Amino acid sequence: MNIIITNSSGLPIFEQIENSIKEAIFSNELKEGEMLPSVRCLANDLKISFLTVKRAYDELEKAGFIKTVQGKGSYVAPKNLDLIKEEKLKEIQGYIEKIYEVSKISNISKEEVIELFKMIFEEEI
Amino acid sequence: MNNIEVKDLSKKYVGFSLDKISFNVPSGMVVGLIGENGAGKTTTIKSILNIINSEGTVKIFGKDIKTREKEIKKDLGVVLDDSFLSAYLTPKHINLVMKDFYQTWDENKYNDLLKQFGLPTDKLVKDFSSGMKMKLKIATAISHNPKLLILDEPTSGLDPVVRSEILDIFRKYIEEDESRSILLSTHITTDLEHISDYIVFIDKGKMVLNVPTLELLEDYGVVKCSEEEFSKINEKDYVSYKKGKYQYEVLINDKNVFKKKYGITSIDKPSIDDIMLFYIKGER
Repeated sequence: MNIIITNSSGLPIFEQIENSIKEAIFSNELKEGEMLPSVRCLANDLKISFLTVKRAYDELEKAGFIKTVQGKGSYVAPKNLDLIKEEKLKEIQGYIEKIYEVSKISNISKEEVIELFKMIFEEEI
Repeated sequence: MNNIEVKDLSKKYVGFSLDKISFNVPSGMVVGLIGENGAGKTTTIKSILNIINSEGTVKIFGKDIKTREKEIKKDLGVVLDDSFLSAYLTPKHINLVMKDFYQTWDENKYNDLLKQFGLPTDKLVKDFSSGMKMKLKIATAISHNPKLLILDEPTSGLDPVVRSEILDIFRKYIEEDESRSILLSTHITTDLEHISDYIVFIDKGKMVLNVPTLELLEDYGVVKCSEEEFSKINEKDYVSYKKGKYQYEVLINDKNVFKKKYGITSIDKPSIDDIMLFYIKGER
């Protein structure tokens, strides 16, 4: 699994870790039931503080991607398709928000954007 | 569990006083003490160690340092600025001295550490470089397997390569036993971004901040704006500001709230140094 942390992304470090692990789960690189590295190990390997990794794991657990058993460690939770879809929809929403921003600043109408959108989708077919 | 609990630590000197410093060092955690030269970092550390007699309470492993100093110090590894190692000893001599001193002295561990750090066993300490001296001090401080490591400026004056090696030693020290902790003071705050879980910031003898490093790095932000924009910001929403000729720089401590409230999206990520400067030099 790759975990790449950059300062240029503007995302908090814990979120970058979170995203890397999610990606590994989506791509099936991390399989259901597979153990994740311990918080301490990952923190030491990435040379970041313990609490930063802990935060990433907490968020992943809250979102249902991993499960943590006290004293044993964290493992990948059974795959939940709805969860994955929701995650992807959220990502798409982010892009659309950007489109909305750009169109608003440059005074491009909703109709024009939708037209463009249709064009791209139809091209695919 | 907390390995150190400091409460209302105060000390008065002529022209300087330490004023009610309180913080904890939880087990498994690294706590970084930061501040300007003369801010009170060393006074705080020496008070915790009962080298200086101060007001307030210090508990280490849940025991009061003033009444149970001897038993506490058995489980303590300490590195202070003024070296306790004689310049006319070699690492080999130090082993002999420490063996008599600590019942729990682990000779094998010490020798392993010397090897790992690339330290010669037969060279006099006075001929060591400052990086080597620091590594030797740390090796000496952790070879009796202490539960807690307290270090005053362990990385100051050292080059980036040695500093990163030293941070690795610290990581390994905690990894070996997660009930351990480290308290270190430093003014090289970039080191802390990579290792410390909490930051305690002392300025002119007063504690200004005691927060998770994560919060400092992720929630704080610097907004650069015009005077007009600045005038619209509620003073509750920023920590301090610096007024320049062409722009205002404003330190905020909750980026997300600020974005929502003021619609300002371009917020710079400050370093710990930047944050320190805003607290010390900024206006309110």
